[in-house]
Amino acid sequence: MKSSVITFPGSNCDRDMDVALKKFGFNNIMVWHNDSELPKSDLVVLPGGFSYGDYLRCGSMASKSKIMQSVINFAKTGGLVMGICNGFQILVETGLVPGVLLRNKYLEFICKNVFVKLNNKDNAYFKNLNKDVLEFHIAHNEGNYFCTNDQLKEIKDNNQIAIYYCNSEGNIDDQYNPNGSIKNIAGIFNKQKNVLGMMPHPERMIDQSLSGEDGSLFFKNLINNIK
Amino acid sequence: MKISAIITLKKDVLDPQGKVIQQALDGMGFKDVDEVRQGKYFEIDVKENDPNKAKEIVEEMCKKLLANLVIENYKIIGTQ
Repeated sequence: MKSSVITFPGSNCDRDMDVALKKFGFNNIMVWHNDSELPKSDLVVLPGGFSYGDYLRCGSMASKSKIMQSVINFAKTGGLVMGICNGFQILVETGLVPGVLLRNKYLEFICKNVFVKLNNKDNAYFKNLNKDVLEFHIAHNEGNYFCTNDQLKEIKDNNQIAIYYCNSEGNIDDQYNPNGSIKNIAGIFNKQKNVLGMMPHPERMIDQSLSGEDGSLFFKNLINNIK
Repeated sequence: MKISAIITLKKDVLDPQGKVIQQALDGMGFKDVDEVRQGKYFEIDVKENDPNKAKEIVEEMCKKLLANLVIENYKIIGTQ
């Protein structure tokens, strides 16, 4: 299984993602933002970080970079594209997934473990996972998911909400919402469910002695789903 | 020709920065403030000398990059 991780100027989770993908069997290639051609891939990942220093709006500059046209075309033909954290911000700026990510409600940079509840398992990312609540890590300043009421209705109608912030039991409540996101939304799909954007970092949960193993579950399952 | 544009948050979008600024103003004794909304200001020097065409170019820039129309509005406020 081949994967590509795009490195933008200011990406800083690209190597972590590379380590995670390789650990679970992907043959991963790092792709520079200024390249125009995407290598043949079963999965493309837009990693976390601070692309272009978060200038203008997080992800806005990166969404216009050369490689993104190929990534957008890849996504539009059904290719799997996953954006984590800054990658999610880039995805919303391309319009591949609806909505936008605003400054966190209390203006704090949040760096901690959170629990997320899977909302939709009928897709390549979460199908066959035997857990409904996963512990991931978040580290962001702009993760406050926002969309218009019309968009919210549409993403609900199309079952596009991927994950919600919750507690360890899977209860979705305002008190477990770290950043003010509408309806505790932590990640969403495009209509076809081949594009996933989420704020939490599964690649930071792939080692029992360092963090946790829920990221390991996610990646193991993902590669099996793609095979 | 220099075109000035401002980008503002739409009415229903939460502006936590504006809120904090308002609280700071309040603490400084400016008690008459109902709300503060923060935005962005751009001054773009384009080669085009026809003001209408120059405005059109900057409008295109606003739509495609400078503003995110899900949450923001843009307005061309001046040419010189």
